Amino acid sequence: MATPAKEMRAVYAETLVELGAKNKDIVLLEADLMKASGTGPFQAAYPERTFDVGVAEANMVGVAAGLSAEGKIPFAATFGCFATRRVFDQFFVSCAYARLNVKLVGTDPGVSAAMNGGTHMPFEDLALMRAVPGIAVLEPSDAASLRGLVAAAAERKGSVYMRLHRKAVPDLYPAGEKFEIGKAKLLREGKHVAIVALGSIMVNEALKAAELLAKEGIEASVVDALSVKPLDAELVLREARKCGAVVTAENHQASGGLGSAVAELLAETGAARLARIGVKDEFGEVGTQDYLQDRFGLRAANIAEAAKALAKA
Amino acid sequence: MTKEELAVLEAKAKEIRCKTIDAIGFLGVGHIGGALSIVELLALLYFKEMRVDPENPRWPGRDRLVLSKGHAGPALYSALAMKGFFPEEWLHSLNKGGTRLPSHCDRNLTPGIDMTTGSLGQGLSAACGIALANRLEGRDSFTFAIIGDGETNEGQNWEAALFAAHQKLGRLVAFTDYNKMQIDGRTEQVLDLGRLEEKWAAFGWESARVDGHDIAAIAAAVEAAKARAAKPDAKPTMIVLDTIKGKGAAFCEGSVGSHNMAFDYETAKKAIAELG
Repeated sequence: MATPAKEMRAVYAETLVELGAKNKDIVLLEADLMKASGTGPFQAAYPERTFDVGVAEANMVGVAAGLSAEGKIPFAATFGCFATRRVFDQFFVSCAYARLNVKLVGTDPGVSAAMNGGTHMPFEDLALMRAVPGIAVLEPSDAASLRGLVAAAAERKGSVYMRLHRKAVPDLYPAGEKFEIGKAKLLREGKHVAIVALGSIMVNEALKAAELLAKEGIEASVVDALSVKPLDAELVLREARKCGAVVTAENHQASGGLGSAVAELLAETGAARLARIGVKDEFGEVGTQDYLQDRFGLRAANIAEAAKALAKA
Repeated sequence: MTKEELAVLEAKAKEIRCKTIDAIGFLGVGHIGGALSIVELLALLYFKEMRVDPENPRWPGRDRLVLSKGHAGPALYSALAMKGFFPEEWLHSLNKGGTRLPSHCDRNLTPGIDMTTGSLGQGLSAACGIALANRLEGRDSFTFAIIGDGETNEGQNWEAALFAAHQKLGRLVAFTDYNKMQIDGRTEQVLDLGRLEEKWAAFGWESARVDGHDIAAIAAAVEAAKARAAKPDAKPTMIVLDTIKGKGAAFCEGSVGSHNMAFDYETAKKAIAELG
């Protein structure tokens, strides 16, 4: 499908505006990154339900917790690096441990932080958030899945961390497709290797990898994980058992995030051999997203190579 | 406040103090010092100033309290038990496995606890969120918050201070338990807070500084805050309470070591007897 003109952040804002019309408990928090998050339309529609706290992420998360204690459903966004490593204890204690209902959105995941460089490039946000008991950890891969997962997050009773790639990305699903927390999607069915990918960048690289593999007679399944926690163990295991080989692909450290979640599942079940594509214990750095994908080995060729090695082993 | 009213509140304060010494002494160890320094405040809040319904702890029309210095939970549990939120027998379950009264406040375990606290510096932000939500709902409820002086070292308090003033949270009334002691020593030695009431005023709050063991003085400051809140665009209020760590228990009063100390039940009983 063609790349749509609409940026993901615009889809995020539109979805919140729609949900906010039906549910007046939905409130928005920003920490001086409202322009980056693109949530101006929510503020325009519901100024009384919009709180820009300034450059004060810890307070944003604490205020969100207090709003949630009174039944509000706060969506709080900032760059993913700040949403996780900067406020980890605030989110852990005031939101998750307190069993409250805060939807924390981390924008610019991994290499999409591009020119902001290593300080702003979260390669470890999923690892951190997976360790928080009881929450859901999500990464939509296109506009439709973003709409679906934002709605699902609003419905869920409990805190959520969601990665949000802000830019326009290719559509993978038709409008109106249904999405659930804890459910992955099978985008391509194969029988030799299952590629389990996360987020727009890596799901699209995985689809390209499947094309490369097909030319060499290797039929790859492509699973869009969407939910790292809870992981869709049923779908991942089904594809793993069928293919006997799994490659994970994520715009994140290969350890601690999706790769680890799948590795744990496969190690406990002995379902398949595994290779992980992701960042190998390195910090981020500045560059274009293209440069950084090459630099950190987040390309279809990297996935295909790993898949080939496994499929032939 | 009438003399009779004051006598009743002073008796309540003594009862909270005795029950708190008893509960921690029964267990044998706990955060006695910072619990005893807020006893007069809790007596005033729960037996005069706060609108609560022990039969319906989550009643939307209630006033809220965020005890940000969550380690003082045992003093709050004593007040809540006396108020009838749960049976007084629970007080002896403090910190026992499976208890509903943990060392630090937990909104999911204890009836009457409005916010989970314990990781210092976070409660004032939550209190801001609660006050915002009440305003959005059009409720006239007050949100009270109690922070520690050592806790004031945490930068998040100052983020919340800017925010509450910016949002004009006039129905947010906070207290600092300025007992001048933190775990590693006197606050002026560890990280000097100076004239706290001036700092809060500089952040755009109404601020006052009173003797935290003088119930009538605290009451006057709270009543003044409530009167201001009736007007639009009222500022949030910080009432800095000059207090004494371990107040009222000779074995720990004024000692830095009282932050979290072990003492046996006999010591507790003796201290309670001395309170008369």
